[in-house]
Amino acid sequence: MTQTTTRFPQYATDYQALASTSGEPAWLTQLREQAWTRFEHLGLPIIRRGNEKWKYTDVRPVANVAFEHPLGLEPQVDSSQLQKAAPWDASWINLVFVDGYYSPNISSQPTGGVYVGSLAEAAQSHPELVQKHLAQQASFEDDGFVALNTAFLQDGAFVHVPAGQVLSAPVHLVFVTTGQVEPRVTYPRTLLLAGTNSQVTLVESYVSLADARFFTDAVTEIVLEDGANVSHYRLLLESTEAYHVGVSRVCQSQDSTFTSASFAKGAAIGRNDFQVLLDAPGASCTLNGLYLTTGTQHMDNYINIDHAKPNGTSRLLYKGILDGKSRAVFGGNVTVRQEAQKTDAQQTDKNLLLSLDAEVDSKPSLLIYADDVKCGHGATAGHIDDDTLFYMQSRGLDVETASQILIHAFASEIIDTVELTPLREYLDRLFMEAIPTSTLRLGRES
Amino acid sequence: MATQKVISRTTTAEDLQTDYKWGFTIDIEQDSAPKGLSEDIVRLISGKKNEPEWMLEWRLKAFRHWVRLNQEEPTWANIHHPTIDFQDIHYYAAPSKKGDGPKSLDEVDPELIEAFNKLGIPLDEQKKMTGVAVDVVLDSVSVTTTYQEMLEKAGIIFCPISEAIQKHPDLIKKYMGSVVPYTDNFYASLNAAVFSDGSFAYIPKGTRCPIELMTYFRINAEESGQFERTLIIADEGSYVSYLEGCTAPMRKTSQLHAAVVELITLDDAEIKYSTLQNWYPGDKEGKGGVYNFVTKRGKAAGKNSKISWTQVETGSAITWKYPSVILQGDNSVGEFYSVALVNNYQQADTGTKMIHIGKNTKSTIVAKGISAGHGENTYRGLVKINPSATGAKNFTQCDSLLVGDQCGAHTVPYIEVRNPTAQLEHEATTSKVSDDQLFYCQQRGIGLEEAHYMIINGFCRGIFQELPFEFAMEASQLMKVSLEGTVG
Repeated sequence: MTQTTTRFPQYATDYQALASTSGEPAWLTQLREQAWTRFEHLGLPIIRRGNEKWKYTDVRPVANVAFEHPLGLEPQVDSSQLQKAAPWDASWINLVFVDGYYSPNISSQPTGGVYVGSLAEAAQSHPELVQKHLAQQASFEDDGFVALNTAFLQDGAFVHVPAGQVLSAPVHLVFVTTGQVEPRVTYPRTLLLAGTNSQVTLVESYVSLADARFFTDAVTEIVLEDGANVSHYRLLLESTEAYHVGVSRVCQSQDSTFTSASFAKGAAIGRNDFQVLLDAPGASCTLNGLYLTTGTQHMDNYINIDHAKPNGTSRLLYKGILDGKSRAVFGGNVTVRQEAQKTDAQQTDKNLLLSLDAEVDSKPSLLIYADDVKCGHGATAGHIDDDTLFYMQSRGLDVETASQILIHAFASEIIDTVELTPLREYLDRLFMEAIPTSTLRLGRES
Repeated sequence: MATQKVISRTTTAEDLQTDYKWGFTIDIEQDSAPKGLSEDIVRLISGKKNEPEWMLEWRLKAFRHWVRLNQEEPTWANIHHPTIDFQDIHYYAAPSKKGDGPKSLDEVDPELIEAFNKLGIPLDEQKKMTGVAVDVVLDSVSVTTTYQEMLEKAGIIFCPISEAIQKHPDLIKKYMGSVVPYTDNFYASLNAAVFSDGSFAYIPKGTRCPIELMTYFRINAEESGQFERTLIIADEGSYVSYLEGCTAPMRKTSQLHAAVVELITLDDAEIKYSTLQNWYPGDKEGKGGVYNFVTKRGKAAGKNSKISWTQVETGSAITWKYPSVILQGDNSVGEFYSVALVNNYQQADTGTKMIHIGKNTKSTIVAKGISAGHGENTYRGLVKINPSATGAKNFTQCDSLLVGDQCGAHTVPYIEVRNPTAQLEHEATTSKVSDDQLFYCQQRGIGLEEAHYMIINGFCRGIFQELPFEFAMEASQLMKVSLEGTVG
């Protein structure tokens, strides 16, 4: 037994148990074995010194708990429970995963040439497609969380929109943790293939039904072929006891358009590791994000955009609202490689601090190797402007209402980018309710 | 009257033919320590300086700490160089002394005086630069300091640090290492163990230093390192403007320069620190050149005090330098203005740290990076607002200009906010010289190359304005020389 396995005995036990259940294709078994070997070598990024990727986020609380992954337990959830925990619209194609297992009875099936369904089934029915793309974007070579997810890859969501197809109904993936087994780990996995000139909207909701402590280790891979157009929403609305590490990897081909908005409200420690590779000329991406943290929550957004080819455009705007003793981290690079001339990139992170004990750490970096580019970035942090509050008070609003209006306006810039009306309304309500009512009057010290 | 040229001399057509005009060597007798670093070398350096026991103790503590670091130099910066063999360096090199060292300029080696005249630093009392007191440091020792008498009358101490250790031990004991402790980082530990000379300045209470103080650093010896240490203390209500200039000969092998600068301002005091860094940058293929690994930090300890760093970095093969300010006193102010230019195979990873501790502290960062040739330029800066820093403000602007498609420009800001009353803004842009601007200049009859200089000069103008007047002229000239042949 190596030293690494003794560091994570629970994962090792669960992996062995999973290894003995069969039914998956041989190539998948092999992939999982490789990932497990890699995980044993990498472990989790708990080193504090010189660990630039995890500089402001300490994952030792995650590493120190022996999260279980029991097999064969498939708790049932009815859709009324779900509709309380996650946005829900009957016209959407909803796919529900309960504690990591696909629940076909409360999921809907699309018609036509589009595949939306279980990844495990797709591995049997569309082996060539799945094998070609799975684990290609999310490399587990240098990431312990991706390696762990891949080692436990059993099921997940697979969406394939063939060339020229437009899927008008949004695909909604609900990953729900029931909290019936504690502490539990789930490994949500999503693969989206958008064919040439196809169009699709994907919503990922990570929710929980109880205030339980659990760990979600999610990996999402999205591939856009030439001219594809993908809208993507990621909602992190788990319990405030939960640990969540979400890794998203996007690869864009020529003239494709990728738009994403990430909303985070839940999790004790949350990490949104998002990476977009603009791998062909003329690709464009827009990444928006909104995070609201209270109590002792810790939210880490690590967003990377890699301009590998010319004429790419990227827009990144993340906004944070911090209350209580919470802490938010923003990091990531916009890289413009030497070949990527005529790139136009903007990267912005704005933070609103509402309490004396909140902390924000922002590290937006630009790494530029091409000369004919237009790149900029900005970061701000501060409290609600005193003069603005005073103005609104002078117009007859009390200070609580005034500050709520201002915070709401701050959040609206991101919420308003959501094109799905039911989702936009849901998020607006959710964030509006979460805005702290007590107002901190900082004033100026004389 | 000819204008004084501090670092770059008048640029003539002939000058432009050569690459680096300060690359000559001074042919004087050298007294140097054998290569390598050990406790014996530390003792030897301390002995050469005739240092008191407490100083040697401090050096040895630093050395032992450095040994414990196990030669693990910091690797997080975006710079690449072959591993430095710390045992292959002379840690001490000095012009040979006859007897007790020069009492007056008459005793200084005429060869040296001639050499410094050539560099534009006249040491001769009659010809000395008006309005600037200069301390000249050659390799490991301070050669001479001008204007000392006049400064003494004002109560200002400005002398080599080795002299200050002898004459003002109380000040040294109190302040040396108080801003940059010997445990601070790898190169700071190394410096604390082997530093040989540098400048020391103390401005007494309520005194405005009547002239500018300047230290001119020159590396001369081959395969030697330069490890100077500068300490400036501005007592309550005082003001000083301090300039620093540096050049080195052209050597095929790279040389290490690991300096430490500490600034301290007490209540209502202000230090303005300007640097023109023009160490030898290496040749066109990136061979040779100075590795400039410097720790510079100021502590605005007193209320309403101010520390301002201005730097123009055109030299060095590699620059690793983050002049910082600890804003401890309430209402204290920190400023950082920087132009960093890289050409050929130069690499620069430079920026600042502003640590806000006191209430209503303010900091401003304006950094301009210019990358040409195969140069790699990184701005790396930290703005940290501690919970106690109520009402702190920071403004940061980092702009990068790319000249040519083989170079790189990177911006890596770290922003850590732990007080909601703080207001922070960070902005950065990266672009090349706009074709439209160039076209406009050309159609007004300005040649392409000249137009490039004009635009780049305009890009840096805000920083040059922060420099003392003569220095600003030099900086602009230096930019032009450094960019020679890359544009047009």
